[in-house]
Amino acid sequence: MTALAAGRRTASRSSGRLASEVTAAAGLLPFGALVVLFLLIPLGVVFAGALLDESGRPTLGGLAALGDPVVRSAFARSFELSAITAAVGAVLGAAVATVVAGSSPTSALRRVVVAACGVLSQFAGVPLAFALVATIGLSGVVTQLLGGAGVDLYASGVWLFDTPGLVLAYTCFQVPLMVIVFLPALDGVRPAWREASLTLGGTRWQHFRLVSVPVLAPAFTGALLLLFANALSAYATAAALVSQGSSIVPLQIRRALSSDVLVGQQDLASTLAVGMVLVVAVVMGAQALVQRRTARWLR
Amino acid sequence: MRLHARLAALLAAGALIAPLAACAPPTAEAGAASTASDGTAWGTTTSAEAGGGMDALVAAAKEEGELNVIALPPDWANYGAIIDAFEQEYGITVNSDQPDAASQDEIDTAERLAGQDGAPDVFDLGQSVTLANTDQFAPYQVATWDDIPAANKEETGLWVNDYGGYMSIGYDSAKVPAPTTVADLLKPEYKGAVALNGDPTQAGAAFSGVVMAALGNGGSADDLTPGVSFFSQLDDAGNFLPVDPTAATITSGQTPVVIDWDYLNAAITTDLPTWKVVVPTGAVTSQYYNQAINKDAPHPAAARLWQEFLYSDEGQNLWLAGGARPIRADAMVAAGTIDQAEYAELPAVSGTPVALTPEQTEAGAQQLASTWAAAVS
Repeated sequence: MTALAAGRRTASRSSGRLASEVTAAAGLLPFGALVVLFLLIPLGVVFAGALLDESGRPTLGGLAALGDPVVRSAFARSFELSAITAAVGAVLGAAVATVVAGSSPTSALRRVVVAACGVLSQFAGVPLAFALVATIGLSGVVTQLLGGAGVDLYASGVWLFDTPGLVLAYTCFQVPLMVIVFLPALDGVRPAWREASLTLGGTRWQHFRLVSVPVLAPAFTGALLLLFANALSAYATAAALVSQGSSIVPLQIRRALSSDVLVGQQDLASTLAVGMVLVVAVVMGAQALVQRRTARWLR
Repeated sequence: MRLHARLAALLAAGALIAPLAACAPPTAEAGAASTASDGTAWGTTTSAEAGGGMDALVAAAKEEGELNVIALPPDWANYGAIIDAFEQEYGITVNSDQPDAASQDEIDTAERLAGQDGAPDVFDLGQSVTLANTDQFAPYQVATWDDIPAANKEETGLWVNDYGGYMSIGYDSAKVPAPTTVADLLKPEYKGAVALNGDPTQAGAAFSGVVMAALGNGGSADDLTPGVSFFSQLDDAGNFLPVDPTAATITSGQTPVVIDWDYLNAAITTDLPTWKVVVPTGAVTSQYYNQAINKDAPHPAAARLWQEFLYSDEGQNLWLAGGARPIRADAMVAAGTIDQAEYAELPAVSGTPVALTPEQTEAGAQQLASTWAAAVS
């Protein structure tokens, strides 16, 4: 009698677990639908455009475009821009994050910085380009104030609408992104480690070199790679700022898609996009590997 | 027509909507299958006469009640006033979609929205895009068809030149001296002052700007190299401004010299009286835009009525009032129906205009694709 009751109870419990797992999986459906609609289908379309010829047969001919000097220099320019802004963003962002990590979790400083970075890391695209043009553009407020004081921002040429302008603009959203990404890693460094190294007679420099750097290096590298991918794929800021030359890959894609002069280049756009997808896949793969190392120490 | 920065969603949206649109059921009244209440299938009718006359066309268009236009900036060739006049005259609502879009975007939108009520009814396209997409057009001949020179239209009426102009240099006479030739712009007086309306590998106007520079520096319709090296020198001298000029950048003084179509430069003078327009000597290049009707037009009668309106004396004079040269200008001068005052206002042109053939445009575009980026950066 008791055994029977117990058996029944077990059965109902396991069927209940199954039902709850099904319910949980059903909760993922909208997410799955979004992934299919906004990631998998576009990816499929892009790969089809790059790897199929006009009659729908597979071809590698389209990929030859990646060897074109203009395309190669666009990729080089994109890598350069992404590497510079990732490095600058990572160093400055890590410095800000270190200051914030030293304050108490409830301090006003931390709350203000974290909130501001949350907003600023998303402040890109047309609003950012507009902000730059309105402040340091040719007739921007700051440009005119400085001009009044005898300082000409553009004495050596108008740099805002070319690569130097993009470096400045991208840095504006890379630094806050770094703060957000790196702060949790810094918070994971336990005060006990420092106390231990001091107790054992270590200096601050030894603690930094032998404890902090090895523990934080994977997190820093991971953040650096994330920033690189972030800059590489940014489009709207560059589109709003740069009107001549299509120097970077996202702008080359724009040109291939909507040029009034060079028509019928949709497949080139797909090929360029495939190139970008591959680069980002490699970078994010490396980031995932590094992330796994980070997780060993910092939880 | 005008190429403008659009948001990041472009790629994703383009890739996405295509498969979705393919599943959308075609609406019953859309496209060539539709018939007006008098039984005329306007979607396949090639002239007002063939459809029962202008009155029948007007009645059918009024019944449709709406017209979808695309890529018509209100300050471009007077389109704002043209749309208002059409709405008032016929009581038809004009839906103006993506006014700043490029020619290619017009075709892409038509393909994406094929069979839907929001698809564009009519196009206003640059030459390259027109010739590459003739299978998207429905042939139609307006009542004033015979006034249009044969070289300016497709023989069945798939596309027809509508308005055009000459490449010009607009400048603020309060800020810089008057240039007369293209080479003048290399002088130190124009430091940090000269802007081109767009990237010549993307925007038709900018492409013609390079053609103008080529012609002014010993090049020809077959050889744009001198044009590219001119802009390269302009950049090296610090005179070239890599800024997309707009009415706002011009009136605020950021772009004191702008290379653009004469009708677009002329339109600025209303806001900035010191703005002058000159067509440089020895570097005269002209280009017409084209009208075409979408073969999947959701409002086929209104689309045809719009064409009739644009090619009527009234429509042509409205383009003229925007500083553009309407295609029927010569016939209207002969008939005395042109707006004389506006016609006299057009910038003076000296020398023989050079117009590139489609083949020359194609070759030039390919050349710019590989040389332009290096020239200006």
